[in-house]
Amino acid sequence: MRPNALIINEADNVAVTLEDIRKGEPVYLNDGRQIAAADDLPFSHKVALRDLARGEDILKYGEIIGQAKKDIKSGDWVHVHNLVVED
Amino acid sequence: MATFHAYARPDGSAGIRNHVAVIPSVACANGVVAAIAREVPEVVPLPHGHGCGRGGEDLGLHFKTLANLARNPNVYAVLVVGLGCEVIKAQYLAERMSHGGKSVEFFNIQDVGGSRRAAAKGVEIVRGMLGGAAKQERVPFPLSAVVLGLECGGSDAFSGVTANPSVGLAADWLVEEGGTAIFTETTEMIGTSHILERRSKDETVASEVASRIAAAEGRANDILGPMAAQVIAPGNMDGGMSSIREKSLGCILKGGSSTINEVVDYAEPPREKGLVIMDGPGYDVESITGLAAAGCQLMIFTTGRGNPIGFPLLPVIKVASNSRLYRGMEDDMDINAGAVLEGATLQDVAGEIKALILRVIDGEKTKAEINRQDGILCLYTVTPAF
Repeated sequence: MRPNALIINEADNVAVTLEDIRKGEPVYLNDGRQIAAADDLPFSHKVALRDLARGEDILKYGEIIGQAKKDIKSGDWVHVHNLVVED
Repeated sequence: MATFHAYARPDGSAGIRNHVAVIPSVACANGVVAAIAREVPEVVPLPHGHGCGRGGEDLGLHFKTLANLARNPNVYAVLVVGLGCEVIKAQYLAERMSHGGKSVEFFNIQDVGGSRRAAAKGVEIVRGMLGGAAKQERVPFPLSAVVLGLECGGSDAFSGVTANPSVGLAADWLVEEGGTAIFTETTEMIGTSHILERRSKDETVASEVASRIAAAEGRANDILGPMAAQVIAPGNMDGGMSSIREKSLGCILKGGSSTINEVVDYAEPPREKGLVIMDGPGYDVESITGLAAAGCQLMIFTTGRGNPIGFPLLPVIKVASNSRLYRGMEDDMDINAGAVLEGATLQDVAGEIKALILRVIDGEKTKAEINRQDGILCLYTVTPAF
């Protein structure tokens, strides 16, 4: 399947969606993996690639962009509701 | 080693274009500069709004910027048109411009009998310069002679996902070839200081990086209020950006992943090769003037919303971050990085960019050059007019 979400750096634990993906639909990643969308995921937003514990670093571009404000599940939408910049 | 063909300058640099520039020392000379360019359309006029009526800090900055623009490798020769009573004197400007051995002439409108006589005199001078330029031939240079400027403007949510990382890979390639890549727009580095410091070649460069970004953050706070650095625009938020750091990370990607060897001031040519940061504003038109004055022979400009600007003295390669923009403004866009969203890899797009760089430095025109995206020269200013 053509990817509908892009992992920018292999260290990342979030991917960027390439289209609107509805809750329950498959997320096809550019490394060949597939996960299920746990939320409605807006176009160009972030989706968690695995479960993330509260306080865990969120990585995009191979760099820390913030921390999990609460426990995040694989397939969750990641944005300001569950991402905080602690430093 | 890969080579390309360019015009050899007296200071040893490689011009990928062979322009005769006509530069006013002050805005009051713009009309004569325009008259010369109407008569001889082969010249590159660089009208601007400065040269007088500013505080010392800006006058120094503008003097340096104009002088270093003339010393850009793509310039074969320069005519400076002065008025006569301005603060930035044509004579001193011409003298500074000729330091590298370039042919530079000047006169003042008040000394040569007014604007019509001045234009006629200018036409005669630039025709002579163009004759000299036409005799010059391209000679081989190593890729290490290339100085590439990196810019992004009119960004969208995919600038940092498709266009900037593709450009970053191309920048890494040029640095590996021994060339120089300069990225700038310090305001768009806010939140990434720790990363850029880590990538700096030594502690001196790292502390320079830190202080320039901290200063940019301070200025942003002064202008926009105390929360400026923490707040990102609603459009960024809607586009999926969750923090200023995330936004800046997308911007700095166009610099690739090389070691940062030097930090230079606005409009200041680097002494080092490899990856360099030029401290400067985020406003694109002022930023690209600074990159040209720093000696870049070409620039790559990534855009998501579609900015058509070029720069009069040098080719600007436009990289679209999405296919809708590429197709909608195909006359302005050189590369479609939006292909990454349709199955191409970043390496595929980077390969296209590298191939285009090689053709452009050998003489192929970019879309912005074909469209003659010249316009007025925008100079960065730090103090108000009076």
